[in-house]
Amino acid sequence: MSDAVFDRVRSGLGDLAQDAAVSHGVLVIDVAPAGVLPLVRGLKASGFDMFLDVTAVDWPGQAPRFEVVWHFYSTTWKVRVRVKTRVAEEQPEVDSLVALYGSAAFMERECHEMYGIRFLGNDDLRPLLLYEGFVGHPLRKDYAKELEQPLVPYREGFQ
Amino acid sequence: MNDKVIPIRSEPTGAFEYISTKKDELVGWARKFSLFPYPFVTACCAMEFMAVSSTPYDTDRFGAALPRFSPRQSDLLMVVGTINHKQAPILLKVYEQMCEPKWVMAFGACATSGGFYQNYATVLGIDRIIPVDVYIPGCPPRPEMVIDGIMKLQDKIAREQHFILTKGF
Repeated sequence: MSDAVFDRVRSGLGDLAQDAAVSHGVLVIDVAPAGVLPLVRGLKASGFDMFLDVTAVDWPGQAPRFEVVWHFYSTTWKVRVRVKTRVAEEQPEVDSLVALYGSAAFMERECHEMYGIRFLGNDDLRPLLLYEGFVGHPLRKDYAKELEQPLVPYREGFQ
Repeated sequence: MNDKVIPIRSEPTGAFEYISTKKDELVGWARKFSLFPYPFVTACCAMEFMAVSSTPYDTDRFGAALPRFSPRQSDLLMVVGTINHKQAPILLKVYEQMCEPKWVMAFGACATSGGFYQNYATVLGIDRIIPVDVYIPGCPPRPEMVIDGIMKLQDKIAREQHFILTKGF
């Protein structure tokens, strides 16, 4: 049944997607950053009503450094879709999906603090798991493993 | 006035009517059996904390059973689990709210040294923030190790000295 759903989704993509293939039972759609919002709007209209996750992947050394990944689920068809796009280090910006899925707000906040991806349209990108004053983005590959930013001064003998 | 006179018994009965001891020993003995723990529980070691404080292991035998959920009423801070940098100010505030005398127990590998974490989030041992009296290793520690830690802390409390003439006297 999932193949029929995927075929229908794929035929409705038009020229938005750069690539769309099924991998491990999930339809994976590669898209340009500008195409994310229209693509997801179409996905939502075709039954993918649940926003599962948004995260990012850091590929150090590659030309568009970051890959932003969304997952959607259809409670009608019981299938998942993964949407991927690449953004450059100099301008890590994609459109926010808060207008379509309210639950995207918190996950975009987390992705923003961990990877430094800016979500245009989400006006509440305060730190969620980290704290005010934290410098840098800890899940980027160039964030040093030992780098701590303590809020409380350490006792004598510790640095 | 009540005219009923209670006679003072002066003949020896053979019972312990008074004992002589040292003040340090008496205060230490009284303190070591009335530990009121404040459980600062943040992670999976909490399961082991529940095991050690419930019936089969029963920390009540050491006078350390009744957890006080206000730091102002407690004198043993049990830090059970991982402390991260965002929680460190809370832990310090709880410690500073406790009245003297107070003791701190680092329960488990994470509270002792950060455990297997070394990253942007974790404090590598609570002794970087507050002084610690007893460290209990283990991930999580066995209840026997916790009881051993409590007994070591009791020994430490019993050995403390209580000077009559203090600096500010």
